[in-house]
Amino acid sequence: MTPKHVETRKYGSTETRRALRVSVSPLPRVSFYLIPLSFLALFYFYPLFSILRLSLAPGGQLTLTPLRELVSRPYYTKTLWFTTWQAALSTLLTLLASLPAAYVFARYQFRGKSLLQALTTIPFVLPTIVVAAAFTSLLGPKGWVNQILMAVLGLDRPPINLMHSLSIILLAHVFYNYTIILRMVGGFWANLNPQLEAAARMLGASPWRAFREVTLPLLRPALTAASLLVFLFDFTSFGVILILGGPRYATLEVEIYRQAVNLFNLPVAAALSLLQIGCTFALMVTYTRLQQRITVPLQLRPRRITARQPRTRRERWLVGINVAVMILLLVVPLLSLAERSLSAGQSGYSLAYYRELSVNRQSSIFFVPPLLAVRNSLLFAGATVGLALTLGLISAWLLARQQGRLGRLLDPVFMLPLGTSAVTLGFGYIIALAKPPLNLRTSPALVPLAHTLVALPFVVRSLLPVIRGIHPHLREAARVLGASSWRVWREVDLPIVGRALLVGAVFAFTVSLGEFGATVFVARPQMPTMPVVIYRFLGQPGAINYGQALAMSTLLMIVCAAGFLAIERFRYGEIGEF
Amino acid sequence: MKRTTFVLLALVLLAAASCGPKVTPVPTPTPSGPRTLTVMTHDSFDASQEVIAQFEAETGATIKFLKSGDAGAALNQAILSKDAPLADVFYGVDNTFFSRAIKADIFEPYASPALADIPDELELDPQHRLSPVDFGDVCLNYDKSYFEEQGRTPPQSLEDLIKPEFKGRTVVENPATSSPGLAFLMATVGHFGEDGYRDFWAKLRANDVLVTAGWEDAYYGQASWWDGDRPIVVSYATSPAAEVYFSEGAYTEPPTGNVLGDGACFRQIEFVGILKGGANRDLAEKWIDFMLSPTFQADVPLHMWVFPANPQAELPEVFQFAEAPPKPAQVSPEAIDQNREKWIEAWTETVLH
Repeated sequence: MTPKHVETRKYGSTETRRALRVSVSPLPRVSFYLIPLSFLALFYFYPLFSILRLSLAPGGQLTLTPLRELVSRPYYTKTLWFTTWQAALSTLLTLLASLPAAYVFARYQFRGKSLLQALTTIPFVLPTIVVAAAFTSLLGPKGWVNQILMAVLGLDRPPINLMHSLSIILLAHVFYNYTIILRMVGGFWANLNPQLEAAARMLGASPWRAFREVTLPLLRPALTAASLLVFLFDFTSFGVILILGGPRYATLEVEIYRQAVNLFNLPVAAALSLLQIGCTFALMVTYTRLQQRITVPLQLRPRRITARQPRTRRERWLVGINVAVMILLLVVPLLSLAERSLSAGQSGYSLAYYRELSVNRQSSIFFVPPLLAVRNSLLFAGATVGLALTLGLISAWLLARQQGRLGRLLDPVFMLPLGTSAVTLGFGYIIALAKPPLNLRTSPALVPLAHTLVALPFVVRSLLPVIRGIHPHLREAARVLGASSWRVWREVDLPIVGRALLVGAVFAFTVSLGEFGATVFVARPQMPTMPVVIYRFLGQPGAINYGQALAMSTLLMIVCAAGFLAIERFRYGEIGEF
Repeated sequence: MKRTTFVLLALVLLAAASCGPKVTPVPTPTPSGPRTLTVMTHDSFDASQEVIAQFEAETGATIKFLKSGDAGAALNQAILSKDAPLADVFYGVDNTFFSRAIKADIFEPYASPALADIPDELELDPQHRLSPVDFGDVCLNYDKSYFEEQGRTPPQSLEDLIKPEFKGRTVVENPATSSPGLAFLMATVGHFGEDGYRDFWAKLRANDVLVTAGWEDAYYGQASWWDGDRPIVVSYATSPAAEVYFSEGAYTEPPTGNVLGDGACFRQIEFVGILKGGANRDLAEKWIDFMLSPTFQADVPLHMWVFPANPQAELPEVFQFAEAPPKPAQVSPEAIDQNREKWIEAWTETVLH
């Protein structure tokens, strides 16, 4: 403890802060902040500018023809409009479906809660083609639902046909993103002091009024942050639109892929990418302005105080209905996929395809024992979690402290990777990361780096509402009592953000396990992960191939659920208690 | 003061990153010790461990494969990295992408002596920048048991597909996003001609054709012999043989058949070439010789489900079920290159809008 700190004890709180600010020299903190910024500069802006420059200014001469083409062809305006409204509608439906569950998860304890929470996050990691297989085995012409309906109603044709429709797009978006609202809003809600709402009720407010005037304003930062992520995911939706929606629907992301990969029309692809990034930026700027107005200091409470067993019959019904919806919407498709892995192409059930996974019958050079694929996936996911949490914590701190113009500029920048087309960035890596010391194009290190780019916005968005909500008095009290900056951070801030940190870790883990982002579009080093193995099997006809793809998908689900349960068990001192 | 410094630093950093160094060819140091040959290819590439080990033993080099997405994505990456090549050799350019590859000027000529054994009709490049390795036919597969149960004859030709009895029975892949989908579009262009193919597709649309984004969804999701309910699906002529081979003995006869009528199939030929700017020209040449040799060629059928270009290579027994169409449709690579976008756009207009 330096004498200066002792000296500050006798001052009031404003004086303390001023004194402390002087005591910390600006340079180390700036260099600290430069870590996440350099990461973005090197692995996002540099590759992005490289591919945009190559596409839009091939000979060093900037050409605006492709941009003009976007404006002049009504097809692109239509695509932008569809992209926007389907994302808005999907977000709304996701909120409707998952907010009640977020409340139930925040306020009630019941058996199987962590398992259910882990299961609801699994969809997030599944490749779309696997989700399509799950939906088909449930709702397809030979699926359970149609078989039952045909038997019960005596029909000779399957009554439900959802494939290639807007309904299946919306359903799939809810299926994928349910967990974002459940975890981000539910996690935040769980730490809100329930006594505030109870006090309002005691003073005569109706339950609805107490929610609207007390809970909702407190919840708003997490709610808008989570909705924003869901919207961005739907806005840049690719596989769901392409595979489930069918060829009549296209988002900007699908069109960029078509232009870049199928037509190799890089100028138009680049112009569309710019449009998509521009929309993301505009949305983020609006959001940043909005959230600065809605952030209020919070009284956060540990879970053991806020959640309890459902007591009345009404409470039990509320929990029961939400659990039933979750099981029907999210768990049953996963189960039907697991069932297919035991039965596809054979009479009766067997583990044949699981056994086959560890046999290299063809003596293929690309054979990967299943455990090795699991290990590779976990290695990449672990690296991504570590990297995303470290960078995310620093970034969130930086953003929480920069409330001014700089903050308004920087906050959107951290979100841009989510709004950037994966194929654009992937192609950017190929041209930009070609020279030492950055010749990472074929290095395994590129995989967690690219995944972190997608995971970072999740970590930042989970952390920011909590960090901003930390009551300044807590920090001041600690400082007045003589704690150093580091100790205040470790003993005040860290325990409070612990829960949000875990939510961020879960999302970083899923983003990497599900192979989000640019890695799909770059040359892969020879460290095949589970999704890579699934695609390899799905590429050839025949029972053993389909069966092994389904078996590997089921393994992916199991590893994923086990990972979530492990992360949630993680405790560091008081972290996770919240 | 603090904030200004910070903003300045951040801006300088971003600016430095955005106008970063130009990518120039990296001079690879002359190799010492065990050398590595890098082969860039698409996700469907496969080979036996023993065969690759044989090459490594013969040359003393290690071989590294870089899988880079589907055939189109992989080629685009090779073109984008032409100033600093990712690999020494690229395998997997097919005749629908042939002209894109040649125009991009990323391959060096190499007339392998092994080309003497390859039939002339598979060789499309007189300068030998790309050498044919294998070929396969994109054909319609049909569900045998479905048509047996219905007591009806399966379709024999493209013309049959637009008959009322096959209404709502056919699945095709979108030529804008799928390689077999594009090949099948080429079959219809070759068979009906530039004037007639749109009419065929308009009628096929009226006959309730289903379009999927890719082969996986069409085959496993929509075909009636898997999870779907449609008995006619665009796939490969070898798929029926693969169904037998991968059935664990459940099938002794394929569950599916091919529609082999005149011009109903399109032949995809796959090529290999040496990438410009690589440092291992001698090894790359040896690899190409090896790919065309009977050892590698005999390994091709069961790993990639296509026919080896070298007719001397022995075919596995199960390939008796891989029927070769007597008269596949013909479209030259130049015509494909000139019209690919136009045809896809016209197809989209006719079938989807």
